[in-house]
Amino acid sequence: MMHPIARRTALAGLGSLFAWGFAPRLATAAAGDPRLLVILLRGGLDGISMIQPVGDPAFAALRGADAGQAVPLDGLFALHQGMPNLLALFRAGQALPIHAVHTPYRERSHFDGQDVLETGLPRVTAGARTGWLNRALAEIPRGARLPAPRGLAVSPVVPVIMQGPAAVETWQPQAFRYADEDLVARLLDLYEARDPGLAAALRAGADLDRAMQEVPAGQPGTTRVPGRPDFVTEAAGAARIMALPDGPRVAALGLTGWDTHAGQGTARGNLANRLGALDDAIGAIHTGLGPVWGDTVVVIVTEFGRTVRMNGSAGTDHGMATCTLLLGGRVAGGRVLADWPGLAPHLLHEGRDLRPTADLRGVLAGVLADQLGLPGAALARAFPDAAGTSPWRGLIRT
Amino acid sequence: MADPLPPGTPNAVEGLDHFLRRRTSVIAARARGGRPGEGRDWLTPGEVAEQVLKARLDAASTTQSGFAERLVWFWNDHFTASAAIVFVAYFLPDREQVVIRPGLRGSFASLLKGAVLHPSMIFYLDQRRSLGPNSELGARARGRLGLNENLAREILELHTLGADGGYTQEDVSEFAMALTGWSMDIGPQSRTGQRLGFFPERQEPGPRRVLGRVYTQTGPDLALAILDDLAHHPATARNVTRRMVRHFVGHGLPGLEARLETTFLRTQGDLGAVTRALVEDVEAWGPPRKVRSPMEFLFATARLLGGLPAAVNPTGALRAMGQPFWSPSSPKGWPLEDEAWAAPDAIKTRLDWAKEVAAQVPPTLDPVALLDATYGSAASPETRRAVARAADRRQGLALLLLSPEFQRR
Repeated sequence: MMHPIARRTALAGLGSLFAWGFAPRLATAAAGDPRLLVILLRGGLDGISMIQPVGDPAFAALRGADAGQAVPLDGLFALHQGMPNLLALFRAGQALPIHAVHTPYRERSHFDGQDVLETGLPRVTAGARTGWLNRALAEIPRGARLPAPRGLAVSPVVPVIMQGPAAVETWQPQAFRYADEDLVARLLDLYEARDPGLAAALRAGADLDRAMQEVPAGQPGTTRVPGRPDFVTEAAGAARIMALPDGPRVAALGLTGWDTHAGQGTARGNLANRLGALDDAIGAIHTGLGPVWGDTVVVIVTEFGRTVRMNGSAGTDHGMATCTLLLGGRVAGGRVLADWPGLAPHLLHEGRDLRPTADLRGVLAGVLADQLGLPGAALARAFPDAAGTSPWRGLIRT
Repeated sequence: MADPLPPGTPNAVEGLDHFLRRRTSVIAARARGGRPGEGRDWLTPGEVAEQVLKARLDAASTTQSGFAERLVWFWNDHFTASAAIVFVAYFLPDREQVVIRPGLRGSFASLLKGAVLHPSMIFYLDQRRSLGPNSELGARARGRLGLNENLAREILELHTLGADGGYTQEDVSEFAMALTGWSMDIGPQSRTGQRLGFFPERQEPGPRRVLGRVYTQTGPDLALAILDDLAHHPATARNVTRRMVRHFVGHGLPGLEARLETTFLRTQGDLGAVTRALVEDVEAWGPPRKVRSPMEFLFATARLLGGLPAAVNPTGALRAMGQPFWSPSSPKGWPLEDEAWAAPDAIKTRLDWAKEVAAQVPPTLDPVALLDATYGSAASPETRRAVARAADRRQGLALLLLSPEFQRR
């Protein structure tokens, strides 16, 4: 479906492949045709299970039994062993984990934490329902004659991060079998005779389906592991739509289920399955973007991390700082960035959580600046009231 | 009016009880490392929603009160309390039964007061957290908790005056102060035994000035008095009737909007009179302008077929078609634009769904007879030909369901 704001301009693109037939090549100084995909891990990712601080003297006692083996990345950090695609990208210099990072949010509610993450505001703000990604999208520099760029939300409704002034379309994985071509053709004949608006919509929708049919519905591209959720269908779909020559250039995708309060199973079990599914999704995005991987940055964020100690149910509870990932052909990766606060008890936030040493808004603003070419004033509108935080430069190779 | 809610659907008190029992059970399950809900005695919010949706669909295929249902949807949406915040679903059936259905032909003022002070809205727009800084409780909270303006702002912007209704930030703040006290207590242990309604210990003391008028009432009467005045404000008459026209008939009808606004003002927001004026206006009966929403399409299909085939999952259908039940993504509710639902992926998904529905109906069902019975001579020759010349009856039915006649209203 289409977000209300979008609809008239979209219908003007009659007969195009999707509704973006007239979408601009984003005219930024940075790159030819940059793309940005933001993946929200809803529920609170336990960052120290994915990028494990194995060199911290306190880690083994806290987590060793649950975390299992990991693959060293540098002298301090190691990657969860079940993420081969992420490891390959890291080794190719195209994955950049940033650790001990957090939004300004310091409480522990999922809804509020996601609100702060998605609105880009310093605190939960009543009535503020536009997202930083949409505001950034609306401000992408472009030539005067180019129409406004459009965003994509892989979701039944537009999430907060994608709400705002810029037009947004939604797409979901195919829920039903595709209607056969004969039926489509007959209906198209009828619409062309009686209803040009519906004809344009159906033609574009059927074209999109044909372009998407190579993405198998409900079947991940890799071997299905029992207990592993399917993140691949949505991820591959997002990548394929973003790779279309006239497709959207900025997209958001949410993956759920990271709220591992009990039986976390980091090495083997629930979280291992989920990280494996995320790795499958990373692989599917890499493949699906194909040649435009080199123009793309994928940002993976979550609303907060989790307690550093395991709880009585072999799980972890809502915490503070966590890990974020930047991926893509232009990411200056192959290293882990962190001002590591330490896991010793006296170093923890409120005696229980990884202490935030970096403001996620600075990371995101750096990506918006170097990937989408947003000037300083636009960054300040994407992340208002972020005094004391400046955009991180050098995350993207320009 | 028909009462299509199935037995066991919770009222507000029971909804809160399900919420509390669910939470206890989730915490207990976490403590023992198991799953919540083994042998549970509570419904999930999704189950409440699904139960109501199915009951509505059953009722729609048999009852004649089609327009009353459409009015219920309109007012539900005008006062959006979205189950995108999932626990809101526990309270929505109650609001619909206790406030909206009985209020369809009453005054706008009563509907407004009932809808925005209902637990569903108190929960959805964070009013439960709002606390007068100088109230009895606020003094003890020492700045940790405080005023929340969310509900006040949305009442002014969406439910009454409209974004262009001429109010200021000062009005929002003062109105938010006036709304303090309206809350709900969802803590594990209730502090006072009271869970819902008005909590005097949360109310900010002192008079309030909203839209130039000073209110000296105390207790629940304060917010009610302001809501009464908002309900009778000329900007409200314009905002509400404009939304009605655009929802039910379409855009670009300034004459109809003006006539309805006049009726609203003349009758002081008598919704029976306003609705009658809308239905009796000749401009309301022009050619179809709007593409049906997924909800309207689903219900129209159920009515056409005398019920949906058992294998069709209505919750999944609405989600796939982009209008998950009760769950718009913002307090603005679902889009009003005439073509809002005609996006490419959405229209193609409708066709895919219609094909699956058609595959589930008895193969003897004759789509031409159905077309004639529903539209008679109003069906276009092209539609008639497409349905009649379909490769088989099921393809004919899918074409009928996607025909312009069936997709627009």
